[in-house]
Amino acid sequence: MSAFAAFVRKETYHILRDRQTLWILLLMPLVQVLLFGYAVRTDVHDIRLAIVDPTPNVASRALVQRFASSSRFQVVGVYPTTESLDRGFREGVLRQAVVLPRNVDRALLGPGPISIQVISDAADPNTGSIMQAYAGAVIQRWHAESAPPVALGVRIDLTTRMRYNPTLESVNIFVPGLIALVLTIVSAMMTAISITREKETGTMEMLLVSPLRPSAIVVGKVAPYVVMGFLNVLLVLGAARVVFHIPLRGSLTLLLAECLLYILTSLGLGIVISSRARTQRTAMIAALAGLLLPTLMLSGFIFPLDSLPLPLRVISDIVPARWFLAIVRGVMVKGAGLASLWPETVILMGLTVLLLTIGAKRLSVRLD
Amino acid sequence: MSDISIDARGLTRRFGDFTAVDAITFEVNEGEVFGFLGANGAGKTTAIRMLIGLLEPTAGSAMVAGHDVATEPEAVRRHIGYMSQRFSLYDDLTVRENITLYGGIYGLRDSEIAERMHTLLGRIGLEHARNELVRKIPLGWKQQLAFSVALLHGPRVVFLDEPTSGVDPITRRRFWEMIYEAAAAGTTILVTTHYLDEAEYCDRISIMVDGAIAAMGTPAAVKASFSVSSLDEVFLRLTRSGVVA
Amino acid sequence: MRTILFLMRKEFLQVFRDRATVFQIFFIPVVQLLVLSNAATFDIKRTALAVVDEDRTTVSAGLVRRMEGGGRFTVAILQPTTAGIEQALLDREATAVLHIPRGFEQMLVRERHAPLQLQLNAEEGAAAGIVQTAAQAVVTDYARELGASMSQTPRVVRGAALDLRAQGWFNPSRNYKHFMVPALLVSLTTIIGLLLTAQNIAREKELGTLDQLNVTPITKGQFITAKLLPFWLLSLLIFAIGLTMGKVVFGIPTRGSVPLVFLSAAVYLVVALGIGLWISTFTNTQQQTMFVAFFIMLIYLLMSGLFTPVDSMPRWAQLVAQANPVKHFVFIMRSVLVKGAGLETVATPLIGLAVGGAAVLTLAVRRYSKQTS
Repeated sequence: MSAFAAFVRKETYHILRDRQTLWILLLMPLVQVLLFGYAVRTDVHDIRLAIVDPTPNVASRALVQRFASSSRFQVVGVYPTTESLDRGFREGVLRQAVVLPRNVDRALLGPGPISIQVISDAADPNTGSIMQAYAGAVIQRWHAESAPPVALGVRIDLTTRMRYNPTLESVNIFVPGLIALVLTIVSAMMTAISITREKETGTMEMLLVSPLRPSAIVVGKVAPYVVMGFLNVLLVLGAARVVFHIPLRGSLTLLLAECLLYILTSLGLGIVISSRARTQRTAMIAALAGLLLPTLMLSGFIFPLDSLPLPLRVISDIVPARWFLAIVRGVMVKGAGLASLWPETVILMGLTVLLLTIGAKRLSVRLD
Repeated sequence: MSDISIDARGLTRRFGDFTAVDAITFEVNEGEVFGFLGANGAGKTTAIRMLIGLLEPTAGSAMVAGHDVATEPEAVRRHIGYMSQRFSLYDDLTVRENITLYGGIYGLRDSEIAERMHTLLGRIGLEHARNELVRKIPLGWKQQLAFSVALLHGPRVVFLDEPTSGVDPITRRRFWEMIYEAAAAGTTILVTTHYLDEAEYCDRISIMVDGAIAAMGTPAAVKASFSVSSLDEVFLRLTRSGVVA
Repeated sequence: MRTILFLMRKEFLQVFRDRATVFQIFFIPVVQLLVLSNAATFDIKRTALAVVDEDRTTVSAGLVRRMEGGGRFTVAILQPTTAGIEQALLDREATAVLHIPRGFEQMLVRERHAPLQLQLNAEEGAAAGIVQTAAQAVVTDYARELGASMSQTPRVVRGAALDLRAQGWFNPSRNYKHFMVPALLVSLTTIIGLLLTAQNIAREKELGTLDQLNVTPITKGQFITAKLLPFWLLSLLIFAIGLTMGKVVFGIPTRGSVPLVFLSAAVYLVVALGIGLWISTFTNTQQQTMFVAFFIMLIYLLMSGLFTPVDSMPRWAQLVAQANPVKHFVFIMRSVLVKGAGLETVATPLIGLAVGGAAVLTLAVRRYSKQTS
């Protein structure tokens, strides 16, 4: 046991002495959270909109008014024809255009449908869909209230309540994702590099000759990074709370426990990577290039899971970050407890055990 | 009066509060084999790094191959060769590729490179391993190869930093024969080592203790000045008392 | 000149001899491009809907059928009470809850209007807005239908149904892949190129071979060039392969000049890789290098408009984004490939990139010192 303790101590000194790395490791996530919290918005607003209204009347002006008074939109102008739209879009002056038919007030009376065209700059279809939805919502409300008196038709008033994140704050969505991303990459990469480095420099052999068992070596190497990862989480959470006031509606203890679990998951990932990599470069490319984009895109960080086609949903189910993100969002934004989150937690545990087992086994084979 | 190849005057290097090299002054003549001795951590490597232009001196000056290391580092580099502690050959390149690379870097023509490679490999006996990755070659040969590459471009001064660490005695012997050969041809060799028996092979030696030169001269002279019969004894005396002579 | 060639030769030999690396730098971008291009969308496919139907009439049942019929919703739970609904939302069994009140049908028949409540899990943000619009559309249509069937006198003037036509300007087919593929390609090429370049020097530092090079007469300029060119060429190759794949597999448009795209890629990569070089002048170990590289890459990627719109950023961030080479390159790619723009449109960002490249390289050369002080 004392040989192990000595080893862990050596590893810790190693890290503590490398001041530069220490600063980078602790400061970076902090800077990232601050930067992204302030700068990155997943939402769309200030949409530059043009309205084409060939025959302005009370009804059509009411629609224009709705758009103008909405903070989501910025009405660039009301035009009689679609002529200048092309150039407006090309130059980026316009992001969206609403084209009304002639004599809107009469068209509203029927009998045929009233056809309104919404053109969005879909070079970026992601924001295109969102802009679409917003414009559509405004038009729908206008239509519902401009249509002829209720007595002649039937009206269903749909009220919508946004749960958990009523203001659709980007930060609340983003910060959990950032935590997941940083933990994944940092923990997995750190572990992978650390172990591969010993392999590359040959010091691994020295360790193997010592009374330490291979499993003890791996654990010892990895232990300080668990602490680092945890410190990172605390820093990021702290900053997010203090600076952005993101909610923490659930139990802090649960949250930290889950973070700890996830750190282990990422470490497992790192171990698996290091078991197959002979050089640090291979480990780095595998961890960074191999994990960054998939984690960003398949975990629900930015793109909703519900929008993934089936085959990708399956892949997403084995991305550990996907489960962790659900848990973190659940605890922080929804105030969910273990009662709701136990399936995700169990899955995460399962993945962790799987990764650690595979990694340890592979590594032992290579080492022996 | 032979030319002075290395001329260090009060060469000093400090890292914060710690003085790694403390105002050392010495000269090495052309064609000499100069042994730069000292215990681990005495400052040998730091001193060498200053002499070859990799580290800026905090104080003092040095001239190598007739050029000032602080103001004319590029000129110095053209005339020196270096073999570091880790041999610094590319593990993942073959013997031939390493030689070609350094030959090219030093501006040798293709024909010159081919010719020298042939001679070099023949002398060491590595001809058969021409296309082997350096990683796969035994340590002793790696070391000889590294030395030869350092000499490839015909430098006036060659710096060897612990060249024989971990190498078997027979190979060490052969290595020193190569050193003598080079010296005889006019190359100045400054070699650091903590093998004291190798010190006997040198024309002159200096012993560094805690960053300063505690003793300097021919091996015989140094032994005599301490009234002992082996350099081992000199060493023990110096490091035990921490005396700076 | 000749020195540079010798050095480049060494770099190529080293990279191509490392089978693992060669495999990785081609395999990873290709696979990720193929797979992830399908992931990048806000096109919600199916939303799990819980319905609390306290009315249980033909009208309410009809509404539920309508919701499912549109294909955007799947009714995961259908029950007459609100029991357990909170839990369902928390557990993510349902993303949306539709509450049909008791007396729904009656109210519609007698008073011609009735309330309906929809609750949405907004934890993923913007997606909720899209779901809301979809639900609203179904409800409105249903109301229209009901009104028609309930109307006593056929003479009664009924209001016009809303026919909302959505169209994309440059992407009539609204094929999100046409946008995402170029964006992913840029990301992947950048990640790999920057990584390789930065790690390369860090490794030499760690092994000590950098010292050996520093002792030779190689100049700083020669060194930087020799370290940049091989990976620049490799990155361009990866880019070319990715672009071809994009065309062949995803059918991304090439409305503008492809040579212009490659020229822009060439200039952009100097900046991206140059940043990698510059990073390596600060760090001492491969580990440090990788972290700084990750840090910078993440900032560049997330603030480039690839995943979140630049227009949504606060003013100051938009200004900062102007200094982001990824943003400019994505703009050029998008403009040329999708919108068919020409040199006039992209000249400004292109020149910006060129200036950036020169600046980064100068910084790297300046910082790179053979001698430690």
